[in-house]
Amino acid sequence: MKHIGEPFVRVVKKTELSGGKLTLLSLLALLLAIVAGGLFILTLGKNPFLVYQSIFSGAFRSPLAIQGTIKIAIPLLISALAITLAFKMKFWNIGAEGQIIMGAIFASYFALFHDTLPHFLLLLLMLVAGMVGGGLWGLIPAFFKSKFGTNETLFTLMLNYIALYLIKYLTEGPWRDPSSSGFPKIATFAPNAQLDKVLGVHAGWVIALLLVVFVFVYLRYTKQGYEISIVGESQNTARYAGMNVGKIVMRTMFLSGAVCGIAGMTQATGAAFTLGESVAGGVGFTAIIVAWLARLNPFYCVVMTLFLSALQKGSSVMQSAFGLSTYVSDVLQGIILFVILGFDFFIQYKLVFRGARKK
Amino acid sequence: MIYFLFAAIKAGTPLLLGTTGEIVTEKAGNLNLGVEGMMFLGAFAGFYVGHHTGSVLLALLASCIMGALGALIYAFLTVTLKANQTVSGLALTIFGTGFANFFGQIMIAGTEGGVPKLPDGFMARLAETPIPLLGNIPVVGKLLFSHNPLVYVAVIISVLCFIYIAKTRPGLNMRSVGENPAAADAAGINVTAVKYIHIMLGGAICGLGGAYISLINGGGVWNNNCVNGQGWIAVALVIFASWSPIKAIIGSLVFGAFSVLQFYAPKDIIDIPNAFYVMLPYLITAIVLVISSVKKSKEHTQPAGCSVNYFREER
Repeated sequence: MKHIGEPFVRVVKKTELSGGKLTLLSLLALLLAIVAGGLFILTLGKNPFLVYQSIFSGAFRSPLAIQGTIKIAIPLLISALAITLAFKMKFWNIGAEGQIIMGAIFASYFALFHDTLPHFLLLLLMLVAGMVGGGLWGLIPAFFKSKFGTNETLFTLMLNYIALYLIKYLTEGPWRDPSSSGFPKIATFAPNAQLDKVLGVHAGWVIALLLVVFVFVYLRYTKQGYEISIVGESQNTARYAGMNVGKIVMRTMFLSGAVCGIAGMTQATGAAFTLGESVAGGVGFTAIIVAWLARLNPFYCVVMTLFLSALQKGSSVMQSAFGLSTYVSDVLQGIILFVILGFDFFIQYKLVFRGARKK
Repeated sequence: MIYFLFAAIKAGTPLLLGTTGEIVTEKAGNLNLGVEGMMFLGAFAGFYVGHHTGSVLLALLASCIMGALGALIYAFLTVTLKANQTVSGLALTIFGTGFANFFGQIMIAGTEGGVPKLPDGFMARLAETPIPLLGNIPVVGKLLFSHNPLVYVAVIISVLCFIYIAKTRPGLNMRSVGENPAAADAAGINVTAVKYIHIMLGGAICGLGGAYISLINGGGVWNNNCVNGQGWIAVALVIFASWSPIKAIIGSLVFGAFSVLQFYAPKDIIDIPNAFYVMLPYLITAIVLVISSVKKSKEHTQPAGCSVNYFREER
């Protein structure tokens, strides 16, 4: 038989890779991505090694720089964990942005109007409030998804904006700081309502690391985590096994939103000390990328978060050192993402050339 | 009132282009969340070329090409390499935003005084001019026939896309790819080619929308961050318009109206906080989304194959 009709090259899905091989290939992808970013720097007529080196030193050269990097990493890591919960279930939640905001709004209520409570009680209240706020905002799309099949990607996108303009409303209306005469803004929180610092950075990083362990254990070793992965693999299988898919979806999305709400709470009370429209500032979207690049693994999330945060923080020195604006970090981020996303293909599929199969 | 509607049309045009571009993309079965990025690419390319050549035509062409190139990256990732559509689109948005601002900053740094401007004659050719005869009709003339030329271009593109999608054979092929790629493949349609073509076509239209923002709304001066979320509004508008370019014309007018309403609303009669005016379109879109899912209408929802990559050997 000749290979009549067989295409010159076709694509075949690979079998599951072993953990070690997967890690190796992932590292290779990251390396390739950095090389691709370097090529871009080269076309600008700069030395990529020097640029990367100064990005690295810009992010880690001093305790202050490291603190800055961590400060960027905190909300990103927490939200990426939240996204991981939703995406494991193949619930394409792009509403982290809105859930962060709602968490921040709920937490801010206590910071603004109950700031005379004992410090730790107040912080605890804000944390719970943030979780409830974010959780409810995550529950809404989950409810409509499981009841009517409403598209969650588009719905959560809308909820982002509704949350954003809710802040605008509060800022210009009921929560406006009467003592600020110019541009409307919400008052700075009283010191009593501010998140404490641990080792120079607000305690959000402790919460974030605790959450890493929690999400890992939750997904790996609990019944609920198992249910999430079954629903993600196949809703029909889950139903056949007697699981209440709607309930699982709603529960998980409440949890995912609640985790985002924590990110919002730590941002408002730990970083900004007030509630502003930039409280989420695109973190909810970057978190999606982090979670995806980390293959929905909580520990890889830490690595990817640090990587992207260092890139962002390190780029702040680009202007003085190379005359490149800080926007270079966005371009590099984009290029790196493209390469890693594309490289994934070679992890999941392999190319079979004509005739190669017949051996 | 006339001024309000006039401003609404002006504000709605870039949204219309972005929406139409995204409709074309989604109809071919790809949810591209990179609209914001492609509009940024188009905005920068249009301004850059206009700034250096002074030619309106070249500027618009450049914006289309850049938008299409951005879409090409997305198409390569999602169609050929089967990467996740949501994440690839977000990556394109990050890249496009960064690209436009980065090179925009270089352009600012390279211009004397730090304000890159379009040549005078350039702006004159894009000025608001009444169409002869039609522009003289009272009220309607001012409202409909006295806009800058790009407004008409946008409307014509939407109408053409509507006809293309609903009435032509390639449009039918494309819809079948968007709804059920496996069936389309079995019917002998080249799924990959159809997807590539329409994703890039959509990108080109989005790029043009970006050019509108940088050339018209910018008033002849380059601003970093000029697109400022309008690409995301366009993604929302696709739902509001229930995937029809004709309804997108009305939808973008409504969204445009809401975005300028706070400047025109009679505050002494209706006193709603400004934030709610801008929030309303999103709220309505969310409600539309829910209603259409409750009604389970097949016609007014996202194409069934959307955001799922097609892999021939997977059953």
